[in-house]
Amino acid sequence: MSQKKRVFSKTKEAREAATGYIFLAPALILLSIFLLYPMGVMFYYSFTDFYILTPDDRSFIGLDNFRGIIDDAQFRQAFWNTVYFTVIVVPVQMAVALGLALLVNKKLKGRTFFRTAYFSPVVMSLVVVSILWTFMYNPSEGLINELLSIVGIPEQPFLTSPDQAMNSIIAMSVWQGAGFQMMIFLAGLQNIPDHLYEAADIDGASTWQKFLHVTIPGLRNISLFIFITITIAAFKLLVQPMIMTQGGPLGSTKSLVYHIYEVGFNYRDVGYASAMAVVFTVIVLIVAIIQRKLASEERG
Amino acid sequence: MKRKRIIRRILVYMLMIFLAFIFLFPLIWMIASSMKEDVQIFRDMGSLQAFLPPMPGEIEGGYFENYRIAFERADLFRYIVNSLIYTSGIIIFGLIVNSMAGYALARFRIPFAGFWLGVIIATLIIPPESIFLPLYVLVFNLGWVNTYTGLIVPFIANAFAIFLFRQFFLDFPKELEEAAKIDGCSQVGIFFRIIVPLSKPVFATVAIVLFINHWNDFLWPLVVASDESIRTIQIGLQYFMNQEPVEWGPMMAALTVATIPMLLVFVFLQRYYVQGLTHTGSKN
Repeated sequence: MSQKKRVFSKTKEAREAATGYIFLAPALILLSIFLLYPMGVMFYYSFTDFYILTPDDRSFIGLDNFRGIIDDAQFRQAFWNTVYFTVIVVPVQMAVALGLALLVNKKLKGRTFFRTAYFSPVVMSLVVVSILWTFMYNPSEGLINELLSIVGIPEQPFLTSPDQAMNSIIAMSVWQGAGFQMMIFLAGLQNIPDHLYEAADIDGASTWQKFLHVTIPGLRNISLFIFITITIAAFKLLVQPMIMTQGGPLGSTKSLVYHIYEVGFNYRDVGYASAMAVVFTVIVLIVAIIQRKLASEERG
Repeated sequence: MKRKRIIRRILVYMLMIFLAFIFLFPLIWMIASSMKEDVQIFRDMGSLQAFLPPMPGEIEGGYFENYRIAFERADLFRYIVNSLIYTSGIIIFGLIVNSMAGYALARFRIPFAGFWLGVIIATLIIPPESIFLPLYVLVFNLGWVNTYTGLIVPFIANAFAIFLFRQFFLDFPKELEEAAKIDGCSQVGIFFRIIVPLSKPVFATVAIVLFINHWNDFLWPLVVASDESIRTIQIGLQYFMNQEPVEWGPMMAALTVATIPMLLVFVFLQRYYVQGLTHTGSKN
């Protein structure tokens, strides 16, 4: 290569790099200002006693906020409520979604209608659904107790009872979300090659054996994807308790994010709320990392 | 054998119809009730009538009386316009910013490209819910509280969208771009004149994903847009719930109105949405 040509290609490379960075810059700058910077600030606040009404009187208090979290009964309750919600919603919603996908994947007449029906709650926003179900769950004049009384089930307290409130929110959340994952499972089912089922038929496999040895392995990647997204979404529980129960009765539906919101926004204790947000972020990160590890191990 | 199959098929259908009822009845009840007076809503609750619209002569003021009342009680029109401004602002700027970033990562030979991709993917894990307080303080200091700028700008850059665009552009045939390069087209020109027009599906998918996510947004509009004039529909709906006594009919009408834009998006654009979802699902 002649000297001249190399210089030419070097400036060309430099120009390409410059253009590339111009393309990339707006996104990087915005992400830095509105995501990474607040993230850093959150860590900084968590070591201070930042109170929104006295922003200039802010001092470094070390780990005091984190020590406070350990003794905070409300935080503990919100934490376990969130864990309970997640641990129930994730398997139930995945099972329901997979069941629905298997049903509408059958070559039956009217399956488009059924698919649309099961998907329809997704079209309503979480806020709309939460308001609607609050009135459906109304113990004395709600639709659900009316329907249950037809089948002979006595009146249930639902959201007004500490024992039933979280389960009522769980039932509604599964109902609202399952149709969405059904669609993803359905796409996964349709990606499983027919010849695998035909081969299983020749070997004389039963329906159950085919499900276990052809369907389930064929859905592995998609299941992991759904598993991770539902888990993280469930951990961010906020809208349902905020609208339906305000965290009650007796704090039985208070979630982590809701608690952080109340402390930071209503009580304006940004320092302490930031410390809780740090804990929340770390938990989400750990869960994400564990799941990713599991995913790569299963693949490898 | 054949009889057994028929019985099984009937059982499957019964299960599917039962499930269809479970998934549909709240929606149907909401729409049916939005046309009734409160007395009728309660009277019908114990029977199938709960899921049927009222008889023609039964209601004073006609089927849309509750809708008229709902729009009168709260400025629903304003809230919906605000939600549309909010979502379309994010979509328009988001499509430009994220597609350019995705293209840069897919096609340009730039130093540290892998590092930046790693950073962008890492930000996917940060739950937006965890940073809303410091973000609020930042937006407050910028003087953006109760402005569209404050609602929209923090959410223009979207790691997920960048990732989707990058995946799409990676699969894009290189020959077209090389031919354009030989013809003397600059890289900026190639992107805007060749790539963008040929990438409508990915732009549609990202636009729909952004619309659905942000139409349903709750926490950020709640904290940053407290002023009535900029309130979004999801926040505005709470007015009907917090009334004492609750007017059920107008509330159902308001809930129905808030659902219509999403319904339209799904009815007309579902194809792109499902494509995009399954694409990411299988890629992950």
